[in-house]
Amino acid sequence: MIYFDSASSTKPDPEVLHEMCEFASDYYAIPSSIFSHTLGLQVADKIQEARDFIGNKLGVKGSEIIFTSSGTEANNLAIKGYVFANRNKGKHIITSKIEHISVLETVKKLLRDGYEISYIGVDKDGFIDIDELKKSIRDDTILVTIQLANHEVGTVQNIEEIAKISKEKGITVHVDGAIAIPYINLKLDNIDMLTISPHKFYGPKGVGILYVKEGLKLEKILDGGYNEFNLRAGHENTPAIVGAKKAFEIWDSSISEYLRNLKMYLYDKLLSEIPDVMLNGSLNKSLPHILNVTFKYIEGESIALRLDFEGISVTTGSACYSRNLQASHVLLAMGKSHEDSHGSIRFSLSKYNSKEEIDYTVSKLKEIVEDLRRISPLLGGE
Amino acid sequence: MPIPYTKLVIEHFKNPHNVGEIQDADVKVTEGSPACGDMITLYLKIDPKTRKIVDVKFKSYGCASNIATASIITDLVKGKTVEEAKNITWKDAAEALGGLPPVKVHCSVLAADALHSAVELYLEKNGLTKEHEPTTVDKVYERLSHVMNPETGIDIVKSKIVKSVVVNSHVVEIVLNIPETFQFGENIKEEILERLQYLWDVKEVKILFKE
Repeated sequence: MIYFDSASSTKPDPEVLHEMCEFASDYYAIPSSIFSHTLGLQVADKIQEARDFIGNKLGVKGSEIIFTSSGTEANNLAIKGYVFANRNKGKHIITSKIEHISVLETVKKLLRDGYEISYIGVDKDGFIDIDELKKSIRDDTILVTIQLANHEVGTVQNIEEIAKISKEKGITVHVDGAIAIPYINLKLDNIDMLTISPHKFYGPKGVGILYVKEGLKLEKILDGGYNEFNLRAGHENTPAIVGAKKAFEIWDSSISEYLRNLKMYLYDKLLSEIPDVMLNGSLNKSLPHILNVTFKYIEGESIALRLDFEGISVTTGSACYSRNLQASHVLLAMGKSHEDSHGSIRFSLSKYNSKEEIDYTVSKLKEIVEDLRRISPLLGGE
Repeated sequence: MPIPYTKLVIEHFKNPHNVGEIQDADVKVTEGSPACGDMITLYLKIDPKTRKIVDVKFKSYGCASNIATASIITDLVKGKTVEEAKNITWKDAAEALGGLPPVKVHCSVLAADALHSAVELYLEKNGLTKEHEPTTVDKVYERLSHVMNPETGIDIVKSKIVKSVVVNSHVVEIVLNIPETFQFGENIKEEILERLQYLWDVKEVKILFKE
């Protein structure tokens, strides 16, 4: 199997799995049992170690790292947790049109509580309109929540500038880095909260990380015990937390370099071997592992399914494929037509992929695209 | 099961029957699906004496189920008279494929609609149709029964999503039993508009969601 869907989830690194298995079988107590027994204390120490290690990697304190169950939960906690704890400060939130669904659905729900949302638009490559952002800031704006990079097209925002503009106005900044950390280095100077998702970089599923700057007030959204500095009730997924630490430990910036080379190799090959291929997003300021292109005149699910028959996994932004039968909101916000998103395919690469896999994929794609174009009514003649 | 399609759907998708164009076709229609952007072009060659469909070809700008339903429906109509072809429904196509996932049922509706439009166009071209009839509540319900709820694959009339229909001085007002926030709300609205706004005597279509 050739797996080009690592933006959905990566294959966990064997070292991560090994660490998790050992931990799960030996350290099964919960870290809240520190006053009852030694095993609980040992587990608490291990979790603290992970917290400190990850904090250190990000250049922040361990006590500023909160473990959740997923990136989605981290986004929910950041947004709902912040606005509910700071109700008196204002009722206006700024986000963008191309956020992940876990941000868009969360802010949508806040409409019920009387919050107002501004959705900042993006240009044709997916970059946030900074002027629009500046103009959208109001006296009662309490939160700006913008992703570091886009999960569908890979475009990386100028988040440090966005954060600086917001901070100058005294607005709290949340960055959804789920798809982008640690592929992209980020200075946290003007950032109050950051979402991280370990399964996007060879770590385990079932754990998310939220960096919360010291002193920032959040309200719990999951009620119960006093875990995670009383910000998130429920027992920690301790093996996954240890796995997340390992994922950070074995991350190496040369992986980003390898991926970018691989991506450029794929892009050049697609362009030279298949006609009418269109890039979606930016090539320069983008994640090293995500490439989104449109194959004109044909439909994405058909392409993805035919690739799957050949053992190759990709995803598409086609409406036919989506859960609500709507075309990708990211591509539409970038001003792409419905037809453009109809034939869009996202390739997302991992350190396990090779040039040979890309050669095989492009040779199969060439046949598939030719085949589907032969039956497309958008192309005349036999 | 990795892919929610029957073996037959996959077979027709991989090797679709009757693909292509007919240069001297008697009718050619293109039908698009507002549901997901899919498109089918259908060509029919009809024997003027027997009114039998002697050749049929299609082209598709669509997903797997779109290609598969077009393939099977062209198999079904070959050799049938235009009157018989008119009676082939989306259900016949879906059943012939061994079923479709609910979210994909509209693809079979699209293929059937293309067939019915082609037959109607043929009859019209050859002076075999009746006069334009005014749009009635019954006709609106008939059209709405071609709009699927993608969640269940059952049409919105049968699944009681349509609460009421009023036709008054060329304005059609439809009240739906679903809130606007329903996962497929936007999709259903687009489909309804597509099916009603082009009726010759309809000036406006109003769609109201449940509060």
